Amino acid sequence: MDAHALHPATSTGIPNRKLAIWTFIGSECLFFASLISVYLVYKGKSLVGPYPHEMFEIPLVTAGTALLLFSSLFVVLALNGCEQGNRKKFLGWLAMTILCGFFFIGMQVYEFTHFYHEGLTMQKNLFGASFFTLTGFHGTHVTIGVIWLITIFIEGLKGHVPPAKALNFEMAALYWHFVDVVWIVIFPVVYLMNS
Amino acid sequence: MDSTAQAHEHNFPERAGEYVKIGLVLFVLTAMEVGAYEIAHREGVPLHEFLHTALIPVLIVLSAIKFALVALFYMHLKWDGPLLKGIFSFSLFLATFVILALLALFIYLGKFSAIIGPLTGAT
Repeated sequence: MDAHALHPATSTGIPNRKLAIWTFIGSECLFFASLISVYLVYKGKSLVGPYPHEMFEIPLVTAGTALLLFSSLFVVLALNGCEQGNRKKFLGWLAMTILCGFFFIGMQVYEFTHFYHEGLTMQKNLFGASFFTLTGFHGTHVTIGVIWLITIFIEGLKGHVPPAKALNFEMAALYWHFVDVVWIVIFPVVYLMNS
Repeated sequence: MDSTAQAHEHNFPERAGEYVKIGLVLFVLTAMEVGAYEIAHREGVPLHEFLHTALIPVLIVLSAIKFALVALFYMHLKWDGPLLKGIFSFSLFLATFVILALLALFIYLGKFSAIIGPLTGAT
């Protein structure tokens, strides 16, 4: 079947669902810009500790960052496999992406738990409130992305994601890449510019 | 060939090698970010003085390169049409404007906090 048979002609020349996911990603840019702004505005304004430099474990977060970056590579390789009808490549790389997503969520759960036991909560100070809000919303997006990718994986196992339906997966992949680029901004802004 | 077909045609070629190269560049850039952070916080190592003062601009440049690489190659914007590029670029412009405007607003307010009073409820 021709890959475009399922995408009727549109006035923009772009499948409507692809246009929709890009518009959604555009709105998400503003959402995270607001959260990053709040974090930056409150940076250094906490009157009581714990303070950022006392809390962060850079090696752990660097490992999480690397995993998220690699997951972006894996998902684009999976999409490439899906578009070419290479089921083994598609499902293999997609499974790796999901695994990386789980590890990243695990890293964040560990970090949040550790911070909580160290006395940092949302109510403790401005750093806690802005940090947990920003990274918490990002973690929620990662979780939603993992769930979305798992559903694609299950559909792929059933053979329901042929090259003609690659757009279904491409939308999830675009969302996943967006989650990655947001972290590309959060990682230096929150963790590396903390002194 | 219509533009839809053209846009999709670009997604189908084998690009695994290109994607892996971009992935390695992203990994190296991340290592450079963390390396710059470590050097900036350790006295006595080469480039410490420079990175101690220029850490933030260096991190902004490195993360901007990473952002661009993922958006252009992994999100396929390099091969997509002007509409999708426009939607994303305009959103990024607005997002950057929001961040800069809020920072400018609060820095301005900070200078006059003696007049308007402190931020309420700040702990």
